[in-house]
Amino acid sequence: MHALIQGVILGILTGGVYALMASGQTLIFGIMKVVNLAQGAMVIMAAYLAYQLFTRFGVDPFLAIPITTVLMFGFGVVIELLFLRPLRREDKSELSLLVTFAVALLIEGALSVTWGTTYRSINANYANSSWTLWGYQITLVRLWAFLLSLVALGLLFWILNRTRFGRAVRATVQNPESARLLGVEAQWVSALGFGLGAATAAAAGSVYGLLYPFYPGSHYDLISRLLSIVVLGGLGSVGGAVIAAVIVSTSSAIVAATISPAWSEMTFFVILILVLLIRPQGLFGNVDRGAI
Amino acid sequence: MRLPSVLRGGVFVALLVSLPLFGLQHWFLNLLVFVLMYATMSSAWNLVGGFAGYPSLGHAAFFGIGAYTIALIFKGHVLTTGYEPFLLLPLVGLVGALIGWPIALISMRTRADVFAIVTITFLFVVQTLAFNLHDLTGGSQGASLPIAPFSAANFELPFYYVLAALLIFTMGLTFATMGSKLGLSLVSIRSDEDKARGVGVRTMGVKVLAFSVSVGITAMVGAVWAYYQSFIYPQFAVDPLITIAIVLMTFLGGRGTLWGPVLGAVILESGQQLLTYQLGAVQLYLIVYALLFLVIILLLPRGILPTIEDRLRMRRRRRRADAAAALQGDPTPSNQTDSAPMLRGSAS
Repeated sequence: MHALIQGVILGILTGGVYALMASGQTLIFGIMKVVNLAQGAMVIMAAYLAYQLFTRFGVDPFLAIPITTVLMFGFGVVIELLFLRPLRREDKSELSLLVTFAVALLIEGALSVTWGTTYRSINANYANSSWTLWGYQITLVRLWAFLLSLVALGLLFWILNRTRFGRAVRATVQNPESARLLGVEAQWVSALGFGLGAATAAAAGSVYGLLYPFYPGSHYDLISRLLSIVVLGGLGSVGGAVIAAVIVSTSSAIVAATISPAWSEMTFFVILILVLLIRPQGLFGNVDRGAI
Repeated sequence: MRLPSVLRGGVFVALLVSLPLFGLQHWFLNLLVFVLMYATMSSAWNLVGGFAGYPSLGHAAFFGIGAYTIALIFKGHVLTTGYEPFLLLPLVGLVGALIGWPIALISMRTRADVFAIVTITFLFVVQTLAFNLHDLTGGSQGASLPIAPFSAANFELPFYYVLAALLIFTMGLTFATMGSKLGLSLVSIRSDEDKARGVGVRTMGVKVLAFSVSVGITAMVGAVWAYYQSFIYPQFAVDPLITIAIVLMTFLGGRGTLWGPVLGAVILESGQQLLTYQLGAVQLYLIVYALLFLVIILLLPRGILPTIEDRLRMRRRRRRADAAAALQGDPTPSNQTDSAPMLRGSAS
């Protein structure tokens, strides 16, 4: 029982970080109907940026987030302009999968050339301190990571619900044609939306680097988790992605605590299969969109 | 139309059979073995990814399943002739198809993008399993197969011919499919699945069948590869790069064509081998590969063969239009030449 509750605590805290990564991915899908297979690679790339800032200039990974976020936002916009915009509309969804996969490989290759292929980790001085609450351990880093993810998600919701750009994004998600008719410049919404997705990856990347050791190939581990979360939440639904992230990471933490850590990877796939069998559109997805 | 394609096929088979008779060097035969491997897998992927328009990103999982199946069957065996694993290839194909069938049944309830998500997730699950199921796969220490008892001078030849047979089989299958109701059903699924179902195409059965056959062939190639390597590790047997290579080759040559995947495999695999010799470092090779991929998709989104075909058709049409314009331009000789283009048109 103790292990179970410990697993739940761990799962919820980690879920916040995954929620951040997945919200970017589902946002990109919502706006552009593009499944971004490079989301995991962008997270790892941001982790390396935070690592570099930390080891070279001693910038705390949490404080590095504004810097990495801006850098990754620009990176995302450039990727969209260079590689996704030129795709023709009739086979965009199919080709964009391959393009984003290629971008993931490109990032992986660039990271390997720059930093090598060995594992790196960000060892902040608070990395190992933890609290014990009624016999349950809560590592400080995870708690901070969770709180930071909440703040970042709050910021994302604020952008989406309270700004002009956010309104344009939501209009594009709901109905691209009408949005365009009403004067939303879909091209720019796409570019900035992809940048915004990359920015959430950047915020999550700093935290990920603090929590886990990483190497350029780590994005393969991330991407299948992210995809399961996004499908469970319903493609394109940011709120759904947040809830799904907590569900998925909690159940995988429970599996890790009660059965074996080696099998927790399988949890993602089992959840994905169950979703497709029972509710293919996900928890909060639209049925009429035609993608599913 | 019928005769040239038979002729083309005949020339291709003759070329495949006679190629090793020229006394090729080992490195070149080795290259050919890998080209054939990828040509077969791309042709198989083309059945479901090219014709039906379901871009599977999980084919590498079935490559690995085939590799581990043959490793399990021959665990601790000593081979006498060395041909036993080849004889059991149909069994491996069956295993691959049987595992692929329920996967297709579940994942093909969704359309292109979600289907790709499910298949790529399946790929990573199989990789995790290959690492975790120590008793079956040997985990990260790898699994060994009996070493093929072929003479060192002709070591590659049996593998070459088996793969050539697999390629010819796959291409024959593709050719037969293209001319049949099955092929028509697959293409109709690609262009508009709802409409296809509306007019009575049994979409689910057709696409699940295509997927199962496709991954069955991929599993067989994986088995041949494992036997050729005689030692397999999870990270190479279930490698996302294999998926990417297969898809890229099919896209480069031309999706939904008979010769496109083969052409793509010849170009890319020989290019890749050269690159690895030249660049050495795996990481640099990743960058070059990714850039190549992006350039191909952005410049030739439909592949080489369809683009060339389009160009030729355009040129022919233009020439015909020019001829017609010339005829209209001066009416005097029109009486003599008028009937000639008509005749030629009806004969072709």
